[in-house]
Amino acid sequence: MKTEMLDAVESKSLKKKIPHFEIGDIVDVHCLIKEGDKERKQVFTGTVIARKGRGINETFTVRRIVNNEGVERIFPLHSPNVLDIRPVRSGKARRAKLYFLRERTGKAVKLAHRHSGHTISK
Amino acid sequence: MAMLLGKKVGMTQVYDELGKLVPVTVIQAGPCVVMQVKTAETDGYNAVQVGFDEVKPLRRKNPQIGHAQKADTTAKKFVKEMRLPDDAEQQHKVGDSITVSVFAENEFVDVIGTSKGKGFAGVMKRHGFSGFPASHGTERKHRAPGSISSFASDAGHGGGPKRGKKMAGHMGNRRVTTKNHKLVAIDEEKNLLVVKGPVPGPAGGYCIVRSAKKAGVEQKA
Repeated sequence: MKTEMLDAVESKSLKKKIPHFEIGDIVDVHCLIKEGDKERKQVFTGTVIARKGRGINETFTVRRIVNNEGVERIFPLHSPNVLDIRPVRSGKARRAKLYFLRERTGKAVKLAHRHSGHTISK
Repeated sequence: MAMLLGKKVGMTQVYDELGKLVPVTVIQAGPCVVMQVKTAETDGYNAVQVGFDEVKPLRRKNPQIGHAQKADTTAKKFVKEMRLPDDAEQQHKVGDSITVSVFAENEFVDVIGTSKGKGFAGVMKRHGFSGFPASHGTERKHRAPGSISSFASDAGHGGGPKRGKKMAGHMGNRRVTTKNHKLVAIDEEKNLLVVKGPVPGPAGGYCIVRSAKKAGVEQKA
């Protein structure tokens, strides 16, 4: 009864449809950036290395290498500022959290390509 | 001035229109039944007695059951009085039902509840004293209050601690009011009020929700 009522409140903030993506995928995350009154869209591309949390607290972590420096961004899955998540390439991952990628540099950060139906080719 | 009795359901988060995650408390409020109407002529003051939450009749005493029957309802678990200004016109009738529709979204409300009991607590937990160092020669008084008075602390009246000195004692389990919660959402179907920030008491605890007495700054949460 208690969770039922909490879910009813939470569910209004949840997104109806979440694009399907998997751990190891390279994704384009389209996010809305607000600067004062201006709004613009920014795309963050990288590998999904983790997905955690439940319900409104669900988040996913995207890692990419910028100027030889690893950059990770944690996105709340249901945030209205995360406009779209587009998987572009599927990577072979045998575990749910790819934190071992943090130790790797250069070519080793690339995951083996996995042929999967859910990605969209550029 | 609107008032409603309710039960704290728990806390969660929602996104506001700016895309920010807001911490909210969900309160199951009403429908409350008007059990008795008090007027200046009959009782000396204007008030409305409201009841909330069903309870098995055998858990109530006969006078309470009889009192509820006058309002053509069953005895309620949580009964409180809403005081009205002396010159106010009585709009409520006995047996009326009051629901969450008395509030509007984005309105500010105060929530009154009974805080969680912490038992007999020391001064560090109860009053935020700093205590004493963990080492450097401190022995057996790491969380002690320190000196509580001196002989001269109340000059002319002898020694002894001053009245109101903060000391260890029972903490929590008392009436607490939190003011100016923003009403983030109202669910009329499920009788739910969604207020910003935390409210006193445990989940399942009873609370009173009323329109903010002092329309002030939004409470930081």
